[in-house]
Amino acid sequence: MHEWALAEAVVSTVSQIAEREGLRRVTEVKLKVGELQQIEMEILRFALSELKRSSLLEDTEFIIETEKAELTCRVCGHKWFFKRIEIDENAAEAIHFIPEIAHVYIRCPRCGSPDFEVTRGRGVWLESIKGAKQDD
Amino acid sequence: MDAEYGLKALRVRSKMTDPRISVIEGRLKKVNSILAVSSGKGGVGKSLIASTLSLALASKGYEVGLFDIDFTNPSTHIILNAEGISPTEENGVVPPKIHGLKYMSIIYYSGKRVSPLRGVDMSNALIELLAITRWGSIDFLVIDMPPGISDAILDLIRLVKKTSFLMVTTSSKLAFETVRKLTSLLLELRVPVIGVIENMKMRESSFIQEQVKGMGLRFLGEIPFDYSLEEAIGDVDKLLKTLFAQKVEELAEKIISQPLRN
Repeated sequence: MHEWALAEAVVSTVSQIAEREGLRRVTEVKLKVGELQQIEMEILRFALSELKRSSLLEDTEFIIETEKAELTCRVCGHKWFFKRIEIDENAAEAIHFIPEIAHVYIRCPRCGSPDFEVTRGRGVWLESIKGAKQDD
Repeated sequence: MDAEYGLKALRVRSKMTDPRISVIEGRLKKVNSILAVSSGKGGVGKSLIASTLSLALASKGYEVGLFDIDFTNPSTHIILNAEGISPTEENGVVPPKIHGLKYMSIIYYSGKRVSPLRGVDMSNALIELLAITRWGSIDFLVIDMPPGISDAILDLIRLVKKTSFLMVTTSSKLAFETVRKLTSLLLELRVPVIGVIENMKMRESSFIQEQVKGMGLRFLGEIPFDYSLEEAIGDVDKLLKTLFAQKVEELAEKIISQPLRN
């Protein structure tokens, strides 16, 4: 996912949850970012800081952790980690936009199968949100 | 008082914390009508109808997008001869235009390589593309669906609430049976079905028409088997001169003349 589109999705989701839970403001958001998508952290941080303005998230601190992308072969059970440097530029860019494209370019290093599962570190998800309630 | 929503609580609501889901509706906000060209069976002409219908609507002055979500077997790019184009990045991705259509397909990322995807992967790829693609303001978004009653159908019903379904069958009882099942699911879930079109008709028979009307659905017409069609694949000018295209244009007229759900 493009970093700006991702940041927009994060801000939108946090806002929805905050509204649903009656939060007056959101103080902290913990995000996990999987390495498969090769998110440019600087761009993501900048996009978040721009998009959070004039919203419930104005004072929010974003804590972003990365997670290694672990792939597990469904055929032979082999587990390995995605490494950006092991694939060519075009493949890496395609996986950046659609992580499932990994099945087009990557094969199990042990048995050669494209039938693997991304067991960790696929995309981006919200881990926790901290905030102040509307009615104290 | 601070309220903390920790890992455990959010995992319980994991669908709510996939950030991509929340932007999909907004991405399609300025899309007036979404038409999913569907069938339970493969090989009934969905991609040709979706492509030609898009071209027909565009030729009438509408802004049209074509979205090929048959991720394992995309084919609209071959019909449109869509080579040498790619989306541009602008707070997401903006589909390039070809033959007047805003066109999106997995082929920009997979090229001509095989894309062996399981259901969960197809679902994730669809969510990703719905979340990042900026269609902008368009009248129609035509979706070329994969065959089957599986992830793509369920995801559209779940995530793109304003989708209307256009069903394609051949004259075969075998194809119609899948259309009947898919339609019954859509009707049960109160999802709009525009109607059914009978494609590749080779002999006189009112079987499909009667079945469709018996289900309380609109029969949108029949398209005779067109022997010239294969040669027109990849040549849009030629395609638009076929009998097939004339029939699809009549279908476009019917779609324009009836109100669709927004």
